[in-house]
Amino acid sequence: MLRLKNINTYYGKVHALKNVSLHLAEGEIVTLIGANGAGKTTILNTISGVTPAAAGELQFNKETISALAPDRIVKLGISQVPEGRQVFKPLSVEDNLELGAYLRYRNREGKDTIHKDMEQIFTLFPRLEERRRQLAGTMSGGEQQMLAIGRALMAKPRMLLLDEPSMGLAPLVVQEIFKVLAQLRQEHGTTILLVEQNAKAALKLADRGYVLETGKVILEGQADELLENAEVKRAYLGKDKKEIWER
Amino acid sequence: MQFDQILQYTLSGLSTGAIYALIGIGFSIIYNSTGIINFAQGEFVMLGGMLTLFFIGVLKLPIWAAMPCAVLVSALGGLLFERLAIRPLRQPTPINIVIITIGGRILIRGLAMLLWGKDTHSLPPFSGDDPIAIGGATILPQHLWILAITVVIIAANKFFFYHTISGKAMRACSYNSRAAGLVGIDVRRMVLFSFVISSAMGAVAGIIVAPLTMTAYDVGVMLGLKGFCAAIIGGMSSGVATVVGGLILGVLESLGAGLISSGYKDAIAFIILLLILFIRPQGLFGKAESERV
Repeated sequence: MLRLKNINTYYGKVHALKNVSLHLAEGEIVTLIGANGAGKTTILNTISGVTPAAAGELQFNKETISALAPDRIVKLGISQVPEGRQVFKPLSVEDNLELGAYLRYRNREGKDTIHKDMEQIFTLFPRLEERRRQLAGTMSGGEQQMLAIGRALMAKPRMLLLDEPSMGLAPLVVQEIFKVLAQLRQEHGTTILLVEQNAKAALKLADRGYVLETGKVILEGQADELLENAEVKRAYLGKDKKEIWER
Repeated sequence: MQFDQILQYTLSGLSTGAIYALIGIGFSIIYNSTGIINFAQGEFVMLGGMLTLFFIGVLKLPIWAAMPCAVLVSALGGLLFERLAIRPLRQPTPINIVIITIGGRILIRGLAMLLWGKDTHSLPPFSGDDPIAIGGATILPQHLWILAITVVIIAANKFFFYHTISGKAMRACSYNSRAAGLVGIDVRRMVLFSFVISSAMGAVAGIIVAPLTMTAYDVGVMLGLKGFCAAIIGGMSSGVATVVGGLILGVLESLGAGLISSGYKDAIAFIILLLILFIRPQGLFGKAESERV
């Protein structure tokens, strides 16, 4: 469904992605793991058109989409839930969700269907319904994360890119959010590309994973294999350390 | 007698203040969506008045048709300004933008001078010249027109920004343009909109004030600066704060001119501007923004 071929992206002079190739099949959940600065966020932003690739090819359903602006990418059905949630804080929860459906409004989709979808988001995240008229900036981090995901879903994406949805959240909230992601795939067949620091949780949810280091893919494989991989365990799951400490 | 005088100055101050408010909101709308202070804003105020005269005088349109035409043409001017002068900037620095908007302002003023000459013109009042007595003071029907039209425009503005999807999208852009792009909002289009709306509002201000103060190719300079001042008092808000800022400015200016000396009229505005920038740069009603993560 989505394919990156030898993508190279620069931030000014910094070579952030070096010949990155990866793919996602329809309905898959794939996770990118790696340390800070490994290029995980850059991959998502390159896909979304925020930091376009300098070289390489980006394909979505066999079409080249390398040079499209962010709004065009959303139009194709790829929505990103950005790092740090980035909800529109001065706007209400409802307004945030409505704006998630901005392109559907522009396509003259009726307000009724859009509001019906909003109700669906509320069944997914009942806490948002309680706060529907509240300003987004007054909510807790977990609620803002739910809103950010809800906002992205309002565009009815076929593929969802999530950038560290668990960052700074309580374990219970993280569980709730990951449960929703699994549910989305099951009920709507949404393809998900998940960037996470919390490698263990991400690999448990995902089908496959890619491990990144300083802008390069150094390892890829089935999620359960990666979970058992000695290198991954040592570097990202913190297993060895714990064992040494316990000994 | 003293009281009547103060009432008189206050009333006329309120109507000039309303003009400043409209112009100031124009500044704020562009500032909020782009971070740009558009120093060419005042020229669209001038265009409003001058184009109305042009449509009446040269094309022989009746005044009620000339006014919307003038607003439309000014809005088109704002659109062209954004497309030709602002959008092509790849990585604009603040100083680039300041110079470009000042350049735009000189260009527009120069073109107006070439087209319409240096004469001062006046526009007929919308409904007669008979003064209306209020308490011990009198005001002109035009003052009422100014206040009424300002109220309507501000209400329409509020409706647009808070109850339509395009308005909400513009607010989203101004708060976080990257996140706005990620939900599918075409940020550049919103920037374009902000220039169109601002120049149209400036033109309206220029039209409704023209019957009182006369108009010429160079009225944009002072009106633009006063509008900027209103926006600064209002903390660059595109809502009520800037309206209040404009009204405060108008009233203080009028009282100062009446009670101290009319020679100081413009100085008062700039003293206020400087005081605000020194003491409360976030605006009279602004508070430092607090972040919650």
